[in-house]
Amino acid sequence: MSLLELKNVTLKFGGLTAVNDVSFAVEKGEVFALVGPNGAGKSTIFNMISRFYTPYSGDILFEGKSILNKATHEIAGLGIARTFQNIELFEQASVLQNMLVGRYTHRRSNFLTEMLFTPFVRREEFAHREAVERAIDFLDLQPYREKMIAGLPYGVRKVVEMGRALAIEPKLLLLDEPASGLSVEETQDVAFWIEDIKKIMGITVLMVEHDMNLVSAVSDRVLALADGKTLAVGSPSEVQNDPAVIEAYLGSDDHEEAA
Amino acid sequence: MRIVFKTSYDADIRLFKHGAQAFWYAVLLALAIAAPFLLGSFLTGEATNVLIWAICGMGLMLLVGQSGQASLGHAAFMAIGAYSCVLLQTLAGLPFLLAFPLAGVITGIVGAIFALPVTRLHGIYLAIATIAVSIMMEDIIVLSEPITGGVNGLFAPDIEIFGLNFNRYSNPSGLYWLVLAIAVLVALVYRNMQRSPLGRSFAAVRDSEISAQAMGINVARTKALAFGLSCAITGLGGALMGYFATIFNHETFNIVISINLLLMIVIGGLGTIHGAFLGAIVIGFLPQAIAFSRDAIGEWTGIGSIVVPGLESGIFALILIGFILLEPMGMYGRWVKIRTYFELFPFARRDMFRRQKTYLKTERIR
Repeated sequence: MSLLELKNVTLKFGGLTAVNDVSFAVEKGEVFALVGPNGAGKSTIFNMISRFYTPYSGDILFEGKSILNKATHEIAGLGIARTFQNIELFEQASVLQNMLVGRYTHRRSNFLTEMLFTPFVRREEFAHREAVERAIDFLDLQPYREKMIAGLPYGVRKVVEMGRALAIEPKLLLLDEPASGLSVEETQDVAFWIEDIKKIMGITVLMVEHDMNLVSAVSDRVLALADGKTLAVGSPSEVQNDPAVIEAYLGSDDHEEAA
Repeated sequence: MRIVFKTSYDADIRLFKHGAQAFWYAVLLALAIAAPFLLGSFLTGEATNVLIWAICGMGLMLLVGQSGQASLGHAAFMAIGAYSCVLLQTLAGLPFLLAFPLAGVITGIVGAIFALPVTRLHGIYLAIATIAVSIMMEDIIVLSEPITGGVNGLFAPDIEIFGLNFNRYSNPSGLYWLVLAIAVLVALVYRNMQRSPLGRSFAAVRDSEISAQAMGINVARTKALAFGLSCAITGLGGALMGYFATIFNHETFNIVISINLLLMIVIGGLGTIHGAFLGAIVIGFLPQAIAFSRDAIGEWTGIGSIVVPGLESGIFALILIGFILLEPMGMYGRWVKIRTYFELFPFARRDMFRRQKTYLKTERIR
């Protein structure tokens, strides 16, 4: 059984078909990348998996069960964590606080016990902090632990967002352009982290990325999309050499002759 | 500046950052307890008033500062607290010790039910919806005269706990201590909320609803909870204000009170417990100061007592505009800046508190 499976998923915004009959399956323990030109529907697929959008037709299965009957906030509880293309952190809170929000799905206390701050809440809080510290250690975020997000540089925010997703301790991690806007060294760090997330933490990764160096370095399988349609699936080199993919990125000779 | 070397998770969780901080808060509490002996009975009454405002302010602060929802209708919830508390005593015959917390619970439930449809609105639209509640509440009170006494108002019985009487006039110090104890308890609950997952879920909803949802937070439920808790605290404050006023009617909790509350937490400093108390001091003492200086100026110029309609509202408005323009972080924010300047002297820089603007925002989904 695949961890995540999309079956003939179609999404339309009015007359525009953003995702057209896309099917793919992400196996447990692999790094799966979605590539494609802008507007191909990659982020739209992410937003459907995290239930911000509901597909027009088709089904999305996670661990064999459809997630289309789940509300947006129930997705994290299933074990699907995500980051956002344009970073959606909680600006007026510290890095630590942001990452602790990631522990929300593991919350077992309720608002009454929390307002009284019973010993149980305190013990839970210790456990949450321990989990967050593991993510901080993993991503080398120690210098920024107490800093407010509002004052952090872009690259650090990107990493904090990844840390917050890891604090959920998910089974599936959705990374929406983890390397966009990062320098070459920072992108290399991201590549190492994705490898470790897969190998050490055993988390399956589904990512959208434009940087083909990063994609070919870390991903096991790649799916190329254009105009909402699947072009090719396979290993990074297979997809890169696929004629349909090359055409989508560079245009075809026929087209030029016609013009 | 004191650098706290953290060796356990508890260092982050406990109420006070370090011993010295705990010491200064203990001194403050001791001074507050001793206040009735130092002040006369008039000033003790004024201090009680300030503390009641601070309780109401903490209620609204929880909503505005923590969960980022606006409300211009919190006087309505003060009214619900006051009326339900007094009516539980007079009609249902409950003792104050039961009626008071029950009044908070009732106000909280009403607030949460009200929030479920209304918090779908954002910003200015939410503010308008809450103004409507405040205006409607005045009419509801007048219309349901058989219970509420309508325009004639309601007479609050004396607060009695275990045979002890806390009448405002016969036992001003007692009432002051009672209100102080409630204020400290509310502040403690507020602090617990801030350091637990509950407070973080409020902050998450405030800063980004999209990623709050992606983190597993039910946004509608969290907003309703924030509204409910906020209204419960404000209801408790409203109940105390009812007892403090002895006799109250629909005008005691009119829209101006709502606006004063909001003004109070903005000039105090949004998102901090200190802000509620500092703002309450301003709101509590400013009318007296205005009246006093009006008389003084009248005497000095020889014109006699000058009466300018709307003078108080005008001055409040000017102060609010001044704060929003010059110090959006409020009085507490200014105090933190001054303290930092001296702690780091001479290394404090002007732009240490400047906030970095962000231009990137994920397009709103839905």
